[in-house]
This record gives sequence, C-alpha cells and structure tokens, in this order.
Amino acid sequence: MIELKGLTKVYGKGGSAATALSGVNLNIEKGEIFGVIGHSGAGKSTLIRCINLLERPTKGEVWVDGTELTRLGKSQLQEHRRKIGMIFQHFNLLSSATVYDNIAFPLRLTHTPKAAVDRKVNELLALVGLTEHRGKYPAQLSGGQKQRVGIARALASDPDVLLCDEATSALDPQTTDSILRLLLDINKQFNLTIVLITHEMLVIQSICDRVAVIHGGGIVEQGRVTDVFLKPKHEVTKEFIRSEAQDDSPLLAALHAPHPTGATAVKITFLGEKTYESTLSRVAGGTGVNFAILQGTISTIKDTPYGQLIVRFEGDAKAIGRTISELAAQGLDVEVLS
Amino acid sequence: MIFGLDFSAVDWDEMFTGTLDTLKMLGNSAVFTIILGLPIGIVLYLWGRSQIPFVQGFYAVLSFIVNILRSVPFIILVIALIPFSRAMVGTSIGVLGTIPPLVIGAAPFFARLVETSLREVDRGVIEAAQGMGASTAQIVMRVLLPEARPGLLAGITITVVTLVSYTAMSGMVGGGGLGDLAIRYGYQRYEKEVMIVSIILLVVLVQLLQMAGDRLVRHFTRK
Ligand SMILES: Nc1ncnc2c1ncn2[C@@H]1O[C@H](COP(=O)(O)OP(=O)(O)O)[C@@H](O)[C@H]1O
Ligand SMILES: [Mg+2]
Repeated sequence: MIELKGLTKVYGKGGSAATALSGVNLNIEKGEIFGVIGHSGAGKSTLIRCINLLERPTKGEVWVDGTELTRLGKSQLQEHRRKIGMIFQHFNLLSSATVYDNIAFPLRLTHTPKAAVDRKVNELLALVGLTEHRGKYPAQLSGGQKQRVGIARALASDPDVLLCDEATSALDPQTTDSILRLLLDINKQFNLTIVLITHEMLVIQSICDRVAVIHGGGIVEQGRVTDVFLKPKHEVTKEFIRSEAQDDSPLLAALHAPHPTGATAVKITFLGEKTYESTLSRVAGGTGVNFAILQGTISTIKDTPYGQLIVRFEGDAKAIGRTISELAAQGLDVEVLS
Repeated sequence: MIFGLDFSAVDWDEMFTGTLDTLKMLGNSAVFTIILGLPIGIVLYLWGRSQIPFVQGFYAVLSFIVNILRSVPFIILVIALIPFSRAMVGTSIGVLGTIPPLVIGAAPFFARLVETSLREVDRGVIEAAQGMGASTAQIVMRVLLPEARPGLLAGITITVVTLVSYTAMSGMVGGGGLGDLAIRYGYQRYEKEVMIVSIILLVVLVQLLQMAGDRLVRHFTRK
C-alpha cells in the first residue's frame, strides 16, 4: 500500500544542513496498523510528513497505492492527497469553524453537493460520538473530542490511508485509550491502512500489527509487534520496552544470589492461547524441579495474549535440562539467563 | 456664551455638509483601500513564505514599494498625487479628488496589517488543509481569511480610524469635510467655535468606529 524507497531528507543547506532521514525503506501493507516509534528528534514527523509530501524528500521515492507521489505535479498530488487522511498531535482544526464545518471541510473542497455533505458529516459525527456537539467550536471541546473531530475530518473523503502524527501524545491515558480504540475500530470497519508515529511503546502495543523503530533518521529494527516487543534486538528498542516495565535491580540481585542446590534462571515467553495454560506447572511437576517466579508480565499485544516470566528452576542439573527442553517442546520460548 | 465662545455664530448647515463630506470620503476610501490592500496583503503573505528564490525576489520588490508608500507623509503624498488624482477622477480637490490619495496612502498600511494577521494563522491548520488536497486559492479563501477574521477586522478598524485623520489632513489642500472646516475657520479666520465643533465631531466619529470594530472582533473571536 505504501512503499518508501531510499527516503532521505536534509533540512537546510551547506554548513547548517541537518539530515533528518537517511535512506529509509519501508513497506506498509494494505489494512494493517503500522507503528513507527522513536525518541524526540529521531525523524518520526519528517517520515510521516513525507508520505503525503507535506515534506518533500531530498532523495527517494514515495509510493502510495501504486502511484509514485514524488513524480506527480501539483494538481495531481492534490488529487491523491484526498485519499490520504491525516491527524495531528495538536489537532489542527479550524478554530473559526464549528465541529460540523470542520468535518465538512474536505468535502467542500471537492464541491460535494450539500445533501451529500450533510449525509456524510452526520454519519461521521455518529461514528466518533459527537452528534450533540456538532454546533460547537473547537475551543469549546476537550482534547479527546478535538481529536475525534480530527479523525472524522480525516475520514470524510473516504481515504485509503490514515496518517497519525503523535495523535495521542497531547491526551491523558484514558482519552488516549479511547482514541486508540476508535482507530482500531475504523481500521477494522473500513479496512483502512493506518500509519502512526509515537514515542510511547504502549500505543504500539495496544493497536499496531507491525512496528519500525527509528533512531537518528534510520530504521534500526522492524517486524511484527509480538516479535519486536518480546525479542527486541536493538538497544533503542530494548530501552523503549524497559521503560514500560518495572525497575530491574531487585531481579538482578536475585539472579546473582548463590543458591544451595543447583539453580538455573530462564526467561520463558508465552504467546497466544498458551499464555493461559498450565504448561509450566505441569512440566515442572513431571520433571520434579521446583521453581520460583522472579519477575513476570501477563498482558496483551493488540489482541494477542502474551506472558513473559523470569523463573528460577531449582534441582539437579539434568532435571532442569529436561524441564527446559520439555517446555520448548510444548512451544514455549525459553532463554537461559544464568 | 460658554468659556467666552459663541456657538450661535456656527453655521450648522455647513457643519452638517462637512460631516457628510467626511463620511463620504471615509466610506469610499475605506472600501477602495480594502479592495486594493487585502489582495496586496495576501500576496505579501504568500510570497513572503515562499521557498522559491525568484518569488522571494518578488516579495522583496513589493515589500520595498509598500515601505516607500508608507514612509511618505500623507500630506506630501496628497500634493505629489495631484496629477494622478486629476487623471483618475478628473479633479484633485473636493471629496472626489481626495479619494485617490487617501487610498494610495492607506492601502499599503492596510496590506501590512493583512500580512501580519495572516501570519498569525496556525501553520498546522494550513498544513492540515494542504494534506487534504486544498489548492492555494482554497487555502486563502477557506482557511487563511476565516481564521484571520478577527485580526483582519481589527486591521480594518485601525485603517479606517487612520483614514479619519487623513481626511482631516486633506482639508489642508481643499479636500472638504470637517478637516477643511476646522482649518478654514479655526486656522485662517480665528473662529475657534467651528474648529472645536469639528474636533468634537471627529472624536465622536473615531470613538464610534473603534467601538463598532471592537465589537465585531469580539463577535468573531472563537479562541
Ligand atoms: N523544518 C525543519 N527545519 C530544520 N530542521 C528540522 C525541521 N523539521 C525537523 N527538523 C530536524 O529534523 C530532525 C527530525 O525531526 P522530526 O522529524 O520532527 O523528529 P520527531 O518527530 O521524531 O521528534 C530533528 O533533528 C529536527 O530538529
Ligand atoms: Mg514529531
């Protein structure tokens, strides 16, 4: 659906030139929610703004739905932009227009007949739950309501793609949650491809199918969220995941404490339905080892349940070895830590 | 007799005509100032934001012309524009003859105010419209002008008030209106009464204009 090839963006010229993106390649599938995570200044906004050419890349190609946008003339580009909706951290609504007129804005740009505008806007007002606020001005709305107007406006021209530039970063956690649920809903309902950028792992974990980690203007890691989240490779990715988890120091102390009988610490990762099964106690019972859980998370990534436990097996080395291979045979991912 | 002034000597018919002339000059010059200044202000804004080198050159030239017109004192502009007024409206005196210099004097000033109010419009909103496929003309008509409306109305108010003082100055060169009366009677014949009444009428006019302007600005402010 979206293909970025060798995307490079340099701001400024000569001595003050700053490279915001260097040779980014990305391939985003139709109907997926694709997240890009990175620290402030990593190049996230530049990247997403290059997709609808609000920012002209210095080098590289942008393809959306089989068209190379970077080759288009001004009016053709305007045409194609109508099929790419965008929402923003600071909403960017017209302060002089009501909720209704804001949502109608893209329709009026294309001289849509009045009755059709009315039908579409009413439909969208209902979708985002703002029907009774239709006559209000943005200044009279809460942040979450403003973002709902932004979403409705972005959907008005029936886009194939929705770009979200830190769409929840200005919102409190509850509101963030309800906006993310709305995005997930419209993704499913309209099979809309969503690209979102964020600096919060929780956003990625809640709704994204795939994720790319951007650092210093380049993609350092990408893949399915379950893979990247549970098996992060790059240091920056690990940092993002660690900041979601609790403090590690008591765990490290427990791992290094001497133990009277033999002991081995392992990290066990459960994914999907296995998360809720009693595999661990069954296997340990069978091999006769005891175990202590040192740290654990059970949660979901989008709709996929997962668990990650750090467990210390206690008993003789052979029994522990058998336990580990049996767990692996049951389809769990086991990594020996010490 | 009040404070040694004798207002019974004031020719009220003449005062009425003078007020009417001032209002005519003001109304006509305000309309043409807006018609001329608004597009110039929009062009200044658009060219001033351009990244294209030769458009930046256009901006520099237009900006320079606007600055020159703004730096010429109005009273000198009126005299310098006498041939131009004759060519445009057939006379350089009276209500009609004063309108060209009033417009030429006020339009560059108003254009700058327009440019400034447009710059106040949130860039993010403009980008959102660009992202939705809006053309430049659509951005001007549907984003910039509505979003800048309170600022533009405030600019119009300031410009019209400035025009009031310009119409009074044009009295120096036979422009007609209240300024003309004040100068002819007060300055040339030492009849203070007419001058005082003229001044009071001008003050009342400015107050009313400012109040109306402020009210409009408040009505259209949504932030
Ligand atoms: N218009 C601009 N002019 C110059 N430098 C810019 C501009 N926009 C962004 N940058 C620079 O590009 C880098 C990436 O910025 P951005 O894409 O906004 O990062 P993020 O959204 O990840 O915080 C930063 O170093 C930033 O300072
Ligand atoms: Mg950003």
